[in-house]
Amino acid sequence: MKYEHWLDNPLNIRKLWRGFLVVLALTVIAGAFVDLHPHFEIEKLFGFNAAYGFITCLLMIVGAKALGLFLKKPDTYYMKDEGDE
Amino acid sequence: MSSAFIFHPALILIAGALLLPFLRGTARNTAVLAAPTLALIALWLLPEGKLWQVQWLDYSLAPLAVDKLSRLFATIFLLMAAIGGLFALRQTSKLEVPAAFLYAGSAVGVTLAGDLVTLFLFWEFMAVGSTLVIWSTGTPTAWAASRRYVAVHLAGGVILFAGIAGQIATTGDASFHAMKADSLATWLILIGFLINTGAPPLSAWLPDAYPEASWSGTVFLSAFTTKAAVYVLLRGFPGTEILIWVGIFMIFYGIVYALLENDMRRILAYSIVNQVGFMVTGIGIGTEMALNGAAAHAFAHIIYKALLLMSAGAVLAATGRRKCSELGGLFHSMPITTICGTIGALAISSFPLTSGFVSKSMVTQAAIDGHLQAVWLFLVAASAGVFLHAGIKFPWFVFFQKDSGLRPADPSASLRWAMIFFAFLCILLGIWPDPLYAMLPYDVNYVPYTAAHVITQLQLLLFSGLAFFVMLDYLKRTPTITLDVDWLWRVAGPEAAKSFRLALTETRAGLGEKLASGKTHASDWLTRHRRPEGLLMRSWPTGSMALWVMILLLANLVLYYLP
Repeated sequence: MKYEHWLDNPLNIRKLWRGFLVVLALTVIAGAFVDLHPHFEIEKLFGFNAAYGFITCLLMIVGAKALGLFLKKPDTYYMKDEGDE
Repeated sequence: MSSAFIFHPALILIAGALLLPFLRGTARNTAVLAAPTLALIALWLLPEGKLWQVQWLDYSLAPLAVDKLSRLFATIFLLMAAIGGLFALRQTSKLEVPAAFLYAGSAVGVTLAGDLVTLFLFWEFMAVGSTLVIWSTGTPTAWAASRRYVAVHLAGGVILFAGIAGQIATTGDASFHAMKADSLATWLILIGFLINTGAPPLSAWLPDAYPEASWSGTVFLSAFTTKAAVYVLLRGFPGTEILIWVGIFMIFYGIVYALLENDMRRILAYSIVNQVGFMVTGIGIGTEMALNGAAAHAFAHIIYKALLLMSAGAVLAATGRRKCSELGGLFHSMPITTICGTIGALAISSFPLTSGFVSKSMVTQAAIDGHLQAVWLFLVAASAGVFLHAGIKFPWFVFFQKDSGLRPADPSASLRWAMIFFAFLCILLGIWPDPLYAMLPYDVNYVPYTAAHVITQLQLLLFSGLAFFVMLDYLKRTPTITLDVDWLWRVAGPEAAKSFRLALTETRAGLGEKLASGKTHASDWLTRHRRPEGLLMRSWPTGSMALWVMILLLANLVLYYLP
């Protein structure tokens, strides 16, 4: 099958994912060999930055979704009053 | 050097703005590029110190004062005007670029103002210029947004003016220097400054108005107002602790709203508030490292934010669409825009080898040096969040994700070169930060590229990238908006006014009815007694008169005999 762009090929996407996961693992493993100069107690945990980045992002997404439950409106919401002007 | 031979860079740019409407074709294009370039040269020829001194009333004013901090900000403003002008060469609106130059020139004027009076004048010209940029779009939504925008800024100007007047009246000193927020006047000045940074509670003016400008107008708007406010805070209120928390609020407000947003340019507008939050936090920390970090971040931010908005502007100009839910797959036909936008996205996320990495980390480092663990935890989480909402979300939904089937071509040369130049600068500053560090107000004693810093930053960013793709289903774009505080003045205020008017009309009608019936009653009562046969008007017989006289005399007699 011919694809318009190599990024359109699902096989290549799978390869990209694999590469991404390998890089993720490498950054964590590198922490075992390099002194990361922890400044605070909590930073001494192995892979702290990886876990902290992942977890805080999940929390931010969940928090945003929760706020969205109350504040989301269709994007025509303000059209009415702007039509008046 | 005699002051007569010193040119004010702001006035050069403003003169250029006034000249532009009279030029056409090549002459105009040349002037668009020459005015900011000449102003930039004039700026760098200026020595440091108070170059212009004027006596006005009882005050000594310094409309042109230069030091490292003001030169840094004026430089990036002028660079932005030049490259923004290049990007906007094909803009058909005849008003936009002159307005943008008035706006940029006023921002330069603010940074070179050595006294509060000059600062205020240029501050207000900035509001005028930016409003004109929004006006020049010419759409009804832009017109409505510009009216809300100018209302907020004029209100901010009034607050600032009250503060400046109070400050000058109490101290007798008009010069602009570091202040403490310890009196009503200085608080008002601080609030006036903060309104322009996009700080709460009025923050919504920014994401409300900026995305309504034209494809090139938003690029100009993103640069000046907020960063001029960062500059005046840097000079006026370094180390004011409340700014740490104001900044952190702005950071997370920007992330959360950008995550919910569907309009690509509103995503980037919220992300301006987020980025300015980092600078405001740095100013609040107030150490030399933090202030250097805030200044460097402002410089780097103007470049990558303009780059991001240029790529969004190129998409808007080519497709006429702004909503992520209607875009996607544009990498097929817009490779240059995709690459430039992605470089901007990496820079805003502080990826190693980009400008954000060498500037934002100074603010984080300052939090570490000050042992502010809570602040540091917030800043690190926020760095991850920036990658989430701007670093991946923006390029992903605009250039990749599902294929929208759109195949617009990359934009014309002037737009392409503006993007390529800023993308180049993002990377150049990332791998060679020394020229930027040399321009910072304090000596820089900071090495961004250590193995530890690169590894921890990569862990943080790549795992937040993982979180993005894991949660992708929850981030799918929907054709929705998220209500912000502008709801208060777009819906709640008008509704309240409407119902108040209704209540007033009803009360007046009710009151009128009651009055009318009261009047009828009164006139009835009057006519009852005073008509010809009424009690008070009819003639009485003489007999009854004699009877009443007799009764009165008798009463008199009785009273006389009473003890």
